[in-house]
Amino acid sequence: MMPELSKPLMEIRNVTRVFGGLKALENVSFNVPRGAICGLIGPNGAGKTTLINMISGLGPLSDGAILLDGQLISGLAPHKIAARGVGRTFQNIRLFGDLSVLENVILGHHLRQRGTLIETLLRLPRSRSSERDSRSAALELLVSLGMEHLANVQARALSYGDQRRVEIARALALGPSLLLLDEPAAGMNSTETDGLCEFLLSLRESSLTILIIEHDMDMIMRMSDLVVVLNFGLKIAEGPPDFVRNEPHVIEAYLGSEQ
Amino acid sequence: MPEFVSNNISTINFILINIALGLSIYITLATGLLSLSNAGFMAIGAYTVAIISTQSNIPFSVGLVMAIALGVALALPIGMLVLGLRDIYLAIATLGFGEIVRIIALNGDKVVHLFSQNKELIIFNGAEGITLTYKTPTVILGLPDTTWPILIYVMVIIYILATLHNSRFGRILASIRQDETAASTLGVNVVHYKLLAFVLGSAIAAGAGALSAPIVRVIDPHNYVFSRGVDILAYAVLGGMTHWVGPILGATVLTSLPEALRFLKDQRDIVNGLIIMLSIIYLPAGLADPRIWGLFKRLVSFPKREQVS
Repeated sequence: MMPELSKPLMEIRNVTRVFGGLKALENVSFNVPRGAICGLIGPNGAGKTTLINMISGLGPLSDGAILLDGQLISGLAPHKIAARGVGRTFQNIRLFGDLSVLENVILGHHLRQRGTLIETLLRLPRSRSSERDSRSAALELLVSLGMEHLANVQARALSYGDQRRVEIARALALGPSLLLLDEPAAGMNSTETDGLCEFLLSLRESSLTILIIEHDMDMIMRMSDLVVVLNFGLKIAEGPPDFVRNEPHVIEAYLGSEQ
Repeated sequence: MPEFVSNNISTINFILINIALGLSIYITLATGLLSLSNAGFMAIGAYTVAIISTQSNIPFSVGLVMAIALGVALALPIGMLVLGLRDIYLAIATLGFGEIVRIIALNGDKVVHLFSQNKELIIFNGAEGITLTYKTPTVILGLPDTTWPILIYVMVIIYILATLHNSRFGRILASIRQDETAASTLGVNVVHYKLLAFVLGSAIAAGAGALSAPIVRVIDPHNYVFSRGVDILAYAVLGGMTHWVGPILGATVLTSLPEALRFLKDQRDIVNGLIIMLSIIYLPAGLADPRIWGLFKRLVSFPKREQVS
């Protein structure tokens, strides 16, 4: 059955997350349309990373529900959510430092790898051809990011900006329908940020939906189709960039009120 | 049989057994699991073979397969129970399993008497253990027929680990060791692969225990005490945990060192301990540290460079 194109890809419904007595998120609801780039912004401690962690299954919801393609994903284990097509990166880069760049990206591809333990041990054709396919798919991704020359470098030896890009490549290798990016431009210079913007916009052409947390306002306003603003766990605004930019609540949250 | 081999056959046997044991703990360490149940699974393997050969006419090779199968059958439920624990908690839980196995072996006959009509039946023989009858090994192609199976077993394990190392399985286990949260967001079923590593390690240890039975000959609970588990861990720590070559080097050095230091007589244990301490302090990444191999390669290639210039 074809998914309805008018239906949102992801629905966040009344999501609440309580840590001890603190409400990190309170009754947050919004939809992410299919094929959109959705910016998630807000001051530090607003609950942005908490929300992304809950979408990817890394923390339980205290209340509410998260739906992907109309199906409930909140409550599933992280690896099952990944298998439904949710890829992500982390604010504090979490590459596998001991492995090479190529191996990191191939790991993202592992759900599509074939060959049982026995087939692998006997070096049967199915596991070998699957390994070759994954290798070339991973290399292709690195080429699209202009990083093929770094394929055999240990991930921990890369520069900060390169590590961020490898993490995105690893998430893309999963073949996700939804990509969650937690501050992908942090620590990048303006040239690298411009390159990243271009690359992310090119991904939208291939019908990928992106939810992106970013502190670089220029980048968010330039790329997003939709911006959601959180402050102290509450959603205070939602709409197209131009609308959100002029919303009094948002200005107050970022600059403080006049009183 | 060459003279060196025949003079040192017992040491060679134990080196091979200990290599297998070192490799059995390596696979769990490579997955980031500090599991110390290997001595327990070794005991299960040894007792299985010892009981089968004293109580029945089943051949040794079938006993070996049964020992490995029993190891797998026990590792599955134990793994499901304890693999939710991390780090030191996992170490303590698996250590506890090893002690349970040892105590069951010590009191096995009481358990047997609960279910058996014959109250005089002795199978486990408590602290004295099971003594296997000695058969003079026949020499085939320069090695005794007790050594061949162990050598082949070690080769098979090395093949398995080397193949896994370069496959998606090795990559997945390494990703769990480095960051299991990140691995799970890539779709890796962390629990599933941890269980795979634990069962593989346990099966290898059970097989090593079974193969050690004809060499040790007296299978008593004291062989499988806490310190046996620590010895096995030491093979991997001294040799290095980043590559399967590590535990091979570690087991070889730690098993042959006491023999090589025999001339020191009473001071042997002190010097032995000192060597281990110094190598762990100065070689924290183990004997298989890539830097050592780099240094070795440079030393070997030096004369060639001089010839060129």
